[in-house]
Amino acid sequence: MTNSCEQNSCGNATTVAVDAPMLRRWPKEGWTRVPAWAYTDEAVYLREQKIIFEGPSWSYGALEAEIPNAGDFVLTNVGEKSVVVVRDEDGSINAFANACAHRGVAFCRYPRGNAQDFTCPYHQWNYDLKGRLKGIPFRRGYKGQGGMSPDFSIDGRGARPLQVARRGGVVFLSFDPLVEPFDNYLGAMGRYFDRVFDGRELKVLGYMRQRISSNWKLMFENLKDPYHASVLHVFLMSFGLFRMDQESAVEMDATGRHSALISRRGGKADEAAAKEMSNNLRSEFQLQDSRLLDVVREFPGEATVVMQTLWPNLIVQQQSNTLAMRQLVPRGVGEFDLNWTFFGYADDTPEMTQRRVRQANLMGPAGLVSADDSEVLAMSQDGLEDYPEVECVVEMGGKDTADTQHMITEVAIRAFYKHYIKVMGL
Amino acid sequence: MSAVMQTPVRLGAEDRFALDDLYQAYAAALDERRYDDWPSFFTDDALYRVVPRENHELNLPIALMHCEGRLMMRDRVVALTETVMARPRALRRFVTPARIVGGGDGSESAPMQVRANVLLVETLHERMTRVVLSGVYHDTVVRGHDGGWLLTGRLCIYDSLLLPDSLVEPV
Repeated sequence: MTNSCEQNSCGNATTVAVDAPMLRRWPKEGWTRVPAWAYTDEAVYLREQKIIFEGPSWSYGALEAEIPNAGDFVLTNVGEKSVVVVRDEDGSINAFANACAHRGVAFCRYPRGNAQDFTCPYHQWNYDLKGRLKGIPFRRGYKGQGGMSPDFSIDGRGARPLQVARRGGVVFLSFDPLVEPFDNYLGAMGRYFDRVFDGRELKVLGYMRQRISSNWKLMFENLKDPYHASVLHVFLMSFGLFRMDQESAVEMDATGRHSALISRRGGKADEAAAKEMSNNLRSEFQLQDSRLLDVVREFPGEATVVMQTLWPNLIVQQQSNTLAMRQLVPRGVGEFDLNWTFFGYADDTPEMTQRRVRQANLMGPAGLVSADDSEVLAMSQDGLEDYPEVECVVEMGGKDTADTQHMITEVAIRAFYKHYIKVMGL
Repeated sequence: MSAVMQTPVRLGAEDRFALDDLYQAYAAALDERRYDDWPSFFTDDALYRVVPRENHELNLPIALMHCEGRLMMRDRVVALTETVMARPRALRRFVTPARIVGGGDGSESAPMQVRANVLLVETLHERMTRVVLSGVYHDTVVRGHDGGWLLTGRLCIYDSLLLPDSLVEPV
C-alpha cells in the first residue's frame, strides 16, 4: 500500500517535491492543528527525507558498545538510507553511505561484523574503514585494452561520508557537514540524556524490530503525548507505572524539537483520577508473579520514568529498569520501522540483567504496554488516509509550547510542530 | 546445549502419538483463544521465551516474551486479554511434526529435547492474511502424570527480526 515509492514513478516526484514550493498550507491555527496530509502526502514525506533526515540534524546511529573493536561495524539508517558505522584502527568511529561509488550497490550485506576493509561484490571496488575508495580491478585495463579513462582518479572518491558525534557511548550521524555541534543541538535535553548515559560502559542486551503501518511522526508524537498513557495503557495505569495523578513534568529544548516526559511511580490512583480513568482502570488486576515488576531505583532523583524524544529519529526509553534506544526508520509515507536496542550497564549484577529482561515483557511488538501503541498507530493511519480533510486537534493543556508540571497535556506535540512547520517551510 | 545431547530416545507408538498431541493441542488452544489453557501445557517452573534469531545467535538475553513459570505465563495472558488494546484478528499456527533430537528418556531428571518448526499467520479485518513469523521451537519435554507430555521449556526462535505491527498472542 505505502511502498509504491519504490516504483519508478516517484523518481521524478523527488525533484519536484523538494525543489518546488509546497502547495500545501498549514491550518491557520498553527501548531494546535495537524492536517491529515502531514501523515499521508507523498510529497511531504519526500521533502522530510531531504530537509529533515538529510538536513542539519543529528540522527541516532548506534551504541559504541556494539562496535568495541577496530573493524567492528553495524548497519544502521539515517532516514531511509542505509549507513555503515565502523570503528577505525585508532578507536575513532566513521560512518558512510552503504552505496558503492560505482553503481550504487548496497555493498555491505551483513547487519554487523568485523572487517579490515569493504569490497563491493559486484565489481570488487574496495573501500577502507573510512569509506575511501582504495582500489578498482582492471583500472588500467588488460594488455593495453579497456580500463578506466586516463583522467579517472580514485582520490576523493568513495562512499558518501557522514558526520559523526559521540556522547556517553552513543553515536549520532548527520549527512550535513554544516550541522551544528551535537552538544548545542541537544541543548537543555543534555541533562536527561546524561542521566542514562553517565559515562558507565553500556552492555547491549538484545534487539527487537517491528514495521508499524503508520507515518513515522505518529510514533514520535506518541512519546510526546502523556495524555494517552493515562487512558490507553491499562497495564501502566493499573500498576501505577505511569499515570496522570503522579508527579510529573513535560520539558522541551529551546527549539521544541526534543522533549522529555518525566514521571514518578505512585501507588493507588487518587479518587478524582480514578474516576476519569474508570473506563479502563483495572485496580483489581494483580500479578500472580510479582517478579515481572520487581522495580528497583537505579538513577538519582525521584523520577522513575524519563522518556526522551530526540529529533528526528530517536526515543530514549527509561521506564523503570528497562533501558532502550528506539530508532525510527521511515519506510514510505505510511510505514516505518521501530528498531529497539535494549541495553544495561557493563557493571550490572546478574540480578539486574534478569530484571531488565523480565521488564522487557512490557516493551516491543509483543509488549504488554507497547502493543497498544503499535496497534493504535496503525488505526490512526487508517483513519487519516480515509479522511484527508481531517485536522487533528492538539489543544489538551492549552495552546502554548511552554514546559509543564503535569501530564494532562499535548504541549510537546505542539512544540514539535512549531519546529516542524518552520523547518519544512509550511 | 549440544553437549548434553545424546542419541535420541526411541519412543513406542503410543508415546509418539501423545507427543504429537501435545504439539497440536498447544497450537489449537491458542488458535481458539483458550488462553487459560495455555500454561497447562507446561510444568510449574517451565521457562517460555520467544526470541529473534539475531539475539539467540549473539547470545543476548532479551526476549519478546519471557515467562519464568506458569504464574508468569498466566499474568501474560490475563494482561493480554484484560489490558492490551489490539485490533481483532485471527492468528493461526502451523506446526510441523515433533522431531526428537536428543536429551534423556523424558523422565523428570532427563527431559527429551524436541524441535518443530512453526509458522504463524494472522488475518485482520479488511486485510489479507499475512505471515507474522516463521520459527523453530527448541523444547524440553517430560512425561506428565496422565501418560501425556509436558513442556519444561519452550524457546521459540523466529527468523525475521522485523515483525509486522504487533504480536498479541503467545506462539
